[in-house]
Amino acid sequence: MYDKIFPPKKVTLPNGKVVLEKRTRTPLILLVLIVATILSVNFTEFSLKVLFTRINEFFVIIGEMAQPRWSYLPHLWKALVDTLQMSLLGSMLGAALALPVAVLSSSNVIRSKTVVAVFKVILSLLRSLPSLVTALIATYVFGLGPMAGVIAILLFTISYVGKLLYEQIENADMGPFEAMESLGMNRIQAFRHAIMPQVLPGYLSTSLFCFEGNVRYAAILGYVGAGGIGLLIKENLGWRDYSTVGMIVVVLVVTVYLIETVSEHFRKKLI
Amino acid sequence: MTNVEKQLFASPRNHRYILTVTVIVVALFVWSCLVVSFKDVNESSLKIAGNIMKGLIHPDMDLLFNVTKQSVLYLLLETIAIAFLGTIVGAVLSVPLAFLAASNIVPKPVSWLTRLLLIVIRTIPALVYGLMFIRVSGPSPFAGVLTIGITSVGMLAKLYVDAIEELDTKVLESMTSIGCSTFEKIRYGILPQLLSVFMSVTIYRFDMNMREASILGLVGAGGIGAPMIFAMNSYRWNEVGSILIGLVVLILIIEFVSNKLRARLVKG
Repeated sequence: MYDKIFPPKKVTLPNGKVVLEKRTRTPLILLVLIVATILSVNFTEFSLKVLFTRINEFFVIIGEMAQPRWSYLPHLWKALVDTLQMSLLGSMLGAALALPVAVLSSSNVIRSKTVVAVFKVILSLLRSLPSLVTALIATYVFGLGPMAGVIAILLFTISYVGKLLYEQIENADMGPFEAMESLGMNRIQAFRHAIMPQVLPGYLSTSLFCFEGNVRYAAILGYVGAGGIGLLIKENLGWRDYSTVGMIVVVLVVTVYLIETVSEHFRKKLI
Repeated sequence: MTNVEKQLFASPRNHRYILTVTVIVVALFVWSCLVVSFKDVNESSLKIAGNIMKGLIHPDMDLLFNVTKQSVLYLLLETIAIAFLGTIVGAVLSVPLAFLAASNIVPKPVSWLTRLLLIVIRTIPALVYGLMFIRVSGPSPFAGVLTIGITSVGMLAKLYVDAIEELDTKVLESMTSIGCSTFEKIRYGILPQLLSVFMSVTIYRFDMNMREASILGLVGAGGIGAPMIFAMNSYRWNEVGSILIGLVVLILIIEFVSNKLRARLVKG
């Protein structure tokens, strides 16, 4: 289409051959981007004037947060422990459940095309639901508290680990699998001994990575009533008590950093 | 002893290490199980679960397809606009930060400080930024754009840094040797190496920002989140159903397009 409007440039090489050089698409892409930006600016009432005149408000808040109220620290432990327990339990159960789901959605292990398609659709549906929304729905079913958070994290972990795992299973070397089947193992045994060893390091490292992310998510899930540190964030933001929020953020940064360091250590060992 | 057996016995023995890790993991699991409680699950919650399911299956078609300012389509468009503009703001801010954090461009202390800043930016939850920016611009989609922008910076800058640190400097040396000016070196030596990675990362982030933008409404920063939470709080599950269906379909479409675009970028 584009080539018809702007015909490719003809270049004659020294040996007489004619080569077609396609016109660059950059102007078209730039045009689309600019139009989209202008439309979005209109849609979102973006205005640089407001930004420059009122951005100091933002730095006032940052300034208050930069003086964390250390006396608040003892009140934080319970919520922090809740958050950690939520994300640990959700990640562990989710990662464990992701394995069968991933097997059921990999087309090289499961013969039935419908099963594979159904599970793939379920995984992508789960993945596209923001976890805050699942947490919100879970609070209606499981009541306010960390249990709803566990459910939200669990569902997110299944969808995330499940997707990456079935991609790995589909890319695994099928030679050993066929060899074991020909030796008389059934498909489950062949999967256990031929494919599991290939995907296990990747599976564990994805699960660890997902756990890292889940700690961050768990921190905000409390905002919709799913327990943990988010509840405190919501309360203190509501009271505009920014130095306490600063304290919470400091604790969060330290926790997330520690967990990331530990998990990175193990992930490097795995790969 | 056959070769196979030799190979088997030659493999490293780390039972003790594996045992320790397993014990720790199991202990953590048991510890975290303390959080489980079903005391709030009773008949009314099962009924609510049933109502949610019913609402999701029978969505409010009128809300989904009309074209007023409260319709799902309009709100989705607003959400896309927030995510798009936020991604652009984030990408623009990330480029200088990424160069400041790349250890092969600036001195070590500078890059270390910038990295620390990026970690802090990444750890503050998006909703906190949302509430902070509402103080700046009032409850409007504009606050959402700024929030998405700053949360994108954390991840975009980190991935940009990886690309910058992997720059192939041999290309630059050979360009120096044939007498290129600094501008030419940037244009023909650095840009081609970085641009496709930057674009691919940015498109990926746009994909993620769609999800973020859809929840920012919870704090009043525009987008589809606010109507969704209102509908939930008043138990109008068929409205929730239509909003969720619209959102999921949109996110799936954007994910599909972004995967296609990134695959083309990687192939060149």
